[in-house]
Amino acid sequence: MPKRVNQSSIKNIAMGGVLAVVFAAGVAVPALAQRDPEYAAAKAAGQIGEKPDGFLGIVGGETADLRRIVNDINIKRRAIYAQKAQENNATLEEYALSTGCQLILKTSPGEKYMAPDGSWQTRTSAAPLRDPRCPQI
Amino acid sequence: MIHPKLTEPLGNVTSVAMWGRARHLGGMAKAGLAMWSATLLAGCINVTAPDKPIVIELNINIRQEVIYRLAEDAANTIEENEDIF
Repeated sequence: MPKRVNQSSIKNIAMGGVLAVVFAAGVAVPALAQRDPEYAAAKAAGQIGEKPDGFLGIVGGETADLRRIVNDINIKRRAIYAQKAQENNATLEEYALSTGCQLILKTSPGEKYMAPDGSWQTRTSAAPLRDPRCPQI
Repeated sequence: MIHPKLTEPLGNVTSVAMWGRARHLGGMAKAGLAMWSATLLAGCINVTAPDKPIVIELNINIRQEVIYRLAEDAANTIEENEDIF
């Protein structure tokens, strides 16, 4: 009898260890969140660009893959904008526009962004063309 | 210029029935009242036209202030959610 008790307690310890590893992994993933490689590649290639309204757009020809990447991120962005706008007593559009101002400013040379007139531009080392309402640098 | 003493006791003549109130006036006064009403109506049309551009400009001013106010919080949001920005 004591032998069986020992076995089951060893099993419990082993299960606990496995659960602890799973939990640790689950918690660690969001903290290490990086850009999805597909998204990073499409952005670097200029297939996806930043729009003044705080959302992503497809620059050239639209493919199913690009549409999926852009929609996926725009949905996630919209959720964050909605939450943050409410916290700051603003509208979603206002918060998104304020973020868009900074996202366009943060683009690296070679990346695409949309100018206030709706045309796609390639970021150079010069200041980007932004909405006149954006805070001046 | 509109004289208040003319408008207050009688009001504008907007229907035939209202002429009854003006019946004690002489013919000259009636004609004068009719002309005065006509010029008043003509004047109204000039006043009401362009108000749209003013509304839009006001809107832009309010929004710009809001965008400035939100800038710091937006910068934090971008940093905290690097994967989607």
